[in-house]
Amino acid sequence: MSRILAVLKKEFLQMKRDRLTLGMIFMLPLVQLLLFGFAIQTEVKHIPTVVFDQSLTWSSRDMLDAFSASGYFDVTCAAKSYEEVTEMIDSGKVKAGIIFPPDFEEKIKRGDTAPLQVLVDASDSMVSSSAIATANSIGLLKSQKIIAQKANIQNMPYDIRVRPWYNPDGITAYYMVPAILGIIVTMTMVMMTSMAIVRERERGTLEQLIVTPVRPFELMIGKIIPYIALGYLQITVALLVGAIIFKVPVRGSLLELYLLTLFFITASLGLGILISNIAKNQMQAFQMSFFVLLPSILLSGFMFPREAMPVIIQYIGNLIPLTYYLTIIRGIVLKGIGFGYLLPQVTSLLIFSVLLLALSIAKFKKKIA
Amino acid sequence: MITTEGLTKSFGAVTAVEEISIKVARGEIYGLVGPDGAGKTTLIRMICGIMTPTRGRVAIGHGEQQRKNTIFGYMPQKFSLYGDLTVMENIEFFGSLYKLDGKTIRRRADEILEITGLIDFKGRFADNLSGGMKQKLALTCALISQPEMLLLDEPTFGVDPESRKEFWRILYRLNDGGMTVIVSTPYMDEAELCHRIAFMDRGKVVAVDTPVNLKNHFPYKILEIKAGHEDLDFLNSLEEVVEAGFYGDKYHVVVEDPESARRAIAGAMAEKGFNIEQINEIPPSMEDIFVSLTEKEVA
Repeated sequence: MSRILAVLKKEFLQMKRDRLTLGMIFMLPLVQLLLFGFAIQTEVKHIPTVVFDQSLTWSSRDMLDAFSASGYFDVTCAAKSYEEVTEMIDSGKVKAGIIFPPDFEEKIKRGDTAPLQVLVDASDSMVSSSAIATANSIGLLKSQKIIAQKANIQNMPYDIRVRPWYNPDGITAYYMVPAILGIIVTMTMVMMTSMAIVRERERGTLEQLIVTPVRPFELMIGKIIPYIALGYLQITVALLVGAIIFKVPVRGSLLELYLLTLFFITASLGLGILISNIAKNQMQAFQMSFFVLLPSILLSGFMFPREAMPVIIQYIGNLIPLTYYLTIIRGIVLKGIGFGYLLPQVTSLLIFSVLLLALSIAKFKKKIA
Repeated sequence: MITTEGLTKSFGAVTAVEEISIKVARGEIYGLVGPDGAGKTTLIRMICGIMTPTRGRVAIGHGEQQRKNTIFGYMPQKFSLYGDLTVMENIEFFGSLYKLDGKTIRRRADEILEITGLIDFKGRFADNLSGGMKQKLALTCALISQPEMLLLDEPTFGVDPESRKEFWRILYRLNDGGMTVIVSTPYMDEAELCHRIAFMDRGKVVAVDTPVNLKNHFPYKILEIKAGHEDLDFLNSLEEVVEAGFYGDKYHVVVEDPESARRAIAGAMAEKGFNIEQINEIPPSMEDIFVSLTEKEVA
């Protein structure tokens, strides 16, 4: 115990003197949240759109208004030929093109099907899926109206009422801010601790350390604890930014959030310290943390819904602590649920922490070679 | 106090230390002397247990392997304390790893810092110490657990001559108090300061004895030749010459019989048209002994 305290004290002293790193730890959640919180919008609106209206009639204008009114399409310019539309999409000036045929109005009046072409730049799948879905539903709604008028129907046969729970207004920040918090904590925790052992190895201080009676677990625990404190500091900063700037409400218990976060922090630290034990130098440690962090961002459900991933990838995602933490933090912050619902996630994180730490301790040999 | 038996360490195809069996007695200053790459660091690392030998074994004390962490203090070749901690913080850190309480650490630190002369630098960051002071701090940290033995790996490497002398004075003072010291060095002048030395070359121990005995039992004589700036390496080809080597502005020639060698050298020099400014028989230096020992090894 006294040796753990000795390591702890030394780590705190060194941390205190490393002003740059300390500043980074504090600024990271602040800056990242501000940047990403505003930048990341999963719902794509205001897609720049070109229109090529060969009909130039009331019907085509009415339809175009419906597109503009949806908020998804911003008609920014008009083209005079099909080639011009193609050229504008190719060059990236616009992401969508709406083309009305010359006989658009005649066909509607005759009761024929009036075709309307919507070209979408699908090289960006987020943009295209929004555009396609909106275009389709506009078409359906407009058609419904005309059919209802013709058949003189007062009530539609079905009325589906969707209630989006937890985030009725679909505010992206509510969803993203807690997730970004998770990303920031993993990133800092893994990166920082991945340096912890290997830095001493590289500087040669490990050689002096391992001739002392210090035991591997004392060294690991002593090195990890200061980072737990830093992790909490980051989370506090991030939650404050989330609450003050993005007005993200914490619906569940803050105490519970802090408590369960501990398991996530220790799992991330365990991962970092394991990397630090495996890596031969700081450069390797850095590369390895990167290798871990990228899947964390992509496969945890932070960016893309896990439900959409192939089963095998979902299994891989199960090996990432962040996956569990996202469920926990979104659960507590947005849904206001408690520990009872999150038991499986907490258990997983606990297993991760213990396993990773045990592996690190086993891997740490008091030897030079 | 320390015995190694057939200690061997290989790194892949390279054998850094080969079949080394030495005995270090309690209370002596034992020097491991040899050039870079002789295997000194590897040997010391194996003795203090941070490197696993490929073969052979190390026995410490009276079979008290478990206590080995507290029996010796180790000072690696490279400065390996924390530069961003102060002198006192470094000492306190290492002291508390030996489960010493703060009061004991401070009392002992004062004693050792008084000896090492760092008493006025307690609050200075280790990074801001001079090379000599860094070594003294490392020595202080190695001593904080009151070990029975010190393992020092080239402690005076990169330290100015004055600080080197000072460092050896400290070692002698500690030795007077009963401290066993194993020290490695590439410097021959430091070899003479050891009670006993093991000459190391290419992973092997080529001789172990006291400096005096090594000199007394040296089977050859040394001729020192001064001959301008001429290259006298050709003397090696003479039958009467064991070894000729460059030595500052002179040449040292190891010979068996000085008289016949003088004649042969004079003849050879005249043949080349070189003028001998001076030729004297001198007592062998440590370096002469080392050079002739390692040459013999090759032959």
